[in-house]
Amino acid sequence: MRQSAVLEDLRARIARIEGVGVRHDALPFGIDELDQRLPGGGIAAGALHEMAGSPDLADDASATVFLAGILARMKGPVFWCLRWRDLFEPALHLAGLHADRVIYVEAGNDTNVLLAMEECLRHAGIAGVVGEVGKYSTTASKRLQLAAESSGVAAFVFRRAAKAEQVAEGTAAVTRWRVTAAPSEDLGIPSLGRPRWRVDLERVRGGNPHAWIVEACDATGRIALPAALVDRPAAAEDRKIVA
Amino acid sequence: MRRVVSLFLPHWSTDRLRRKIAKLSPDRRDGLILDRPLATAIPDHGRRIIAALDADARALGIRAGMTVTKARSLAPELQVVDAEPDNDLQGLRDLALWAGRRYSPFVSPDAPDGIWLDVTGCAGLFGTEKALLKDLHRRIAGSGLSLQIAVADTAGCAHAVARHVPAGRPVTIEPGAQRSAISILPISALRLPMSDVEGLRRLGFERIEQLIGTPRAPLAKRFGRELHRRLDQALGLLHEPIEPIFPEHLPQARRGFMEPIATAEAFAQVISDLVEDVVGQLACIGKGARRLDCYFHRVDGNTQAIRVGTAVASRDASHLAKLLSSKIETIEPGLGIEAMTLVTPLADVLAPRQGEGLENRGRGPDLGALVDALANRFGARSLHRARPQPSVMPERSVVISRALTKESGAGWDDDLPRPARMLDRPEPIDVIALLPDDAPRLFVWRRKRYRVTQGDGPERLHGEWWRESGDEADKALIVRDYYQVETETGGRYWLFRLGDGVNPATGTMRWFIHGAFA
Repeated sequence: MRQSAVLEDLRARIARIEGVGVRHDALPFGIDELDQRLPGGGIAAGALHEMAGSPDLADDASATVFLAGILARMKGPVFWCLRWRDLFEPALHLAGLHADRVIYVEAGNDTNVLLAMEECLRHAGIAGVVGEVGKYSTTASKRLQLAAESSGVAAFVFRRAAKAEQVAEGTAAVTRWRVTAAPSEDLGIPSLGRPRWRVDLERVRGGNPHAWIVEACDATGRIALPAALVDRPAAAEDRKIVA
Repeated sequence: MRRVVSLFLPHWSTDRLRRKIAKLSPDRRDGLILDRPLATAIPDHGRRIIAALDADARALGIRAGMTVTKARSLAPELQVVDAEPDNDLQGLRDLALWAGRRYSPFVSPDAPDGIWLDVTGCAGLFGTEKALLKDLHRRIAGSGLSLQIAVADTAGCAHAVARHVPAGRPVTIEPGAQRSAISILPISALRLPMSDVEGLRRLGFERIEQLIGTPRAPLAKRFGRELHRRLDQALGLLHEPIEPIFPEHLPQARRGFMEPIATAEAFAQVISDLVEDVVGQLACIGKGARRLDCYFHRVDGNTQAIRVGTAVASRDASHLAKLLSSKIETIEPGLGIEAMTLVTPLADVLAPRQGEGLENRGRGPDLGALVDALANRFGARSLHRARPQPSVMPERSVVISRALTKESGAGWDDDLPRPARMLDRPEPIDVIALLPDDAPRLFVWRRKRYRVTQGDGPERLHGEWWRESGDEADKALIVRDYYQVETETGGRYWLFRLGDGVNPATGTMRWFIHGAFA
């Protein structure tokens, strides 16, 4: 072993002992306005992220596809742990997450979903693990964060039907997102335009919260900023105050 | 808590013969006809007497022990064949081994006409104990055997109930309820010698409850210890071990200990030794384990077992040992374990590979190991992949398959919008719509009003009327018109109307919500 390699190895070990975490890659959204607000310039692998919609089914559906879009752009198999099935798989396919890549774990309840997630997170080489839960504790979030850090797998806790006013407990998650449906552009014809979401970055370790209006995932899982709003970031700020 | 299933096959000999005959071509059946009453006979002091008979023969008044001549005089159409007790027993063993592969590591033939299954802790694979019993009942009844099943805390109780409570479905004796379950049954349900049953009957004992309430000493003097031993076994006061059987031709290994062991570390060590042995044997026959049973033989004669399964055949010793070790905590060592046996009840062909055991290092994630770990924890049924299936109805366009099926590359239609969250059952909604072909302007779902700003549709789906067991929407001429609507807050929902909006024969015109889009 060369000397520098020895040093690097030692540094990595110290980092691990200190719990700082080895730096894993981050997956950018490809939209500067989002990426520059995230440490590492994107969704960090090897870390825990929280997703939420709202008690409204359409908002949970939006959060689902937002998440599917992120996973679609990662490489490797995905484990999706559910309490029960209400997920409609063709929609994930439409966001670019192919059926062959996803294995579903129907765990039955929150405790089992979290246990299943932790088991999955011990296996390096998986792209990401999703767990749909109603409630989860700070302790559980710390365990997941540690497991994700050591394997380098991205972990997503999807809090189902989470109310906006319900203040989430302090968790070890690196980022916390809330995705809700937003009115789409009126095309002036009786037909629907590309769906839009309001994406709230409610919490980010080492950064400030922010909110955007984005256009939903395309067939490769990429979101976009609406053309009309790109020049008017202030509009997004206004909405934030409303929430 | 121990749970024992007793499976009673009242017409085992004749059912077995019938199944055998049914497989032969008509000219090789030795003149036997399937739907005529059938009985078997054994020689007895120079004459032949009836040994076993089927339900039809019983209905004609024939009983076991009757001479064949008398039986023939009662029913000239009766078919009598020679009994084959050895084949009956072998058949029972085979049936037990089959049940062992599927339901529980603990099976034992209960000659002459039953099987034991210790299903303690085995229900998880099927969800509930009821589901397990239902599956067992369905499969055995489906193979043409008449049967009765009971499950209870004790073998004696399950045995008695299976034979004396004629029910068309499995009987469950709730934990701890064995006393009340057997008290009304006749004395003969206790598996006692005929002479004892006769003797007790002469003394006025008919039911087990009378026996429970009578002082023991006088009866023990007259009938010996056997009587109360059977009673205590049925009540659960005395442990009744079931000696499990397992297929002999499949790889297995055993370790006996000089000193009984009782710690988890010791168990883990022995497990990894046993796994090494078994993996070596598997490699010799070119197979990989799909299921492993590890038996722990306790010094007091009790045997406990743990069972693990793998999604794909495996010879990876460390993986298999890890799966088994994760279940050590379910073992109650008591005074100590004096021997351990590892058996492979199910093995699949697995081609030898170079550098066995190393194949997964550095080449992608070891999905098999993870899938096994999850399956053994949450049940194999909780893991699945989704596959497209051609169907007009959206809820049938997804079919689930095993977690490690080969990747198909197939996906769903990229052009059809489909919701991300579906309601298990479409829920009725109240709707205000302007024209038959327009999307609704407003709908009320779960007491909440949704004002629609824009809509897309209809996407007209015709029910799959050719399906035999389709639901309401699948009758001929019934149509679903789907609309994708956006509400004023931007939420997108999937609504449909049964019927085309014009012709009442196409549906009831009622509106439903079926899911939500992103």
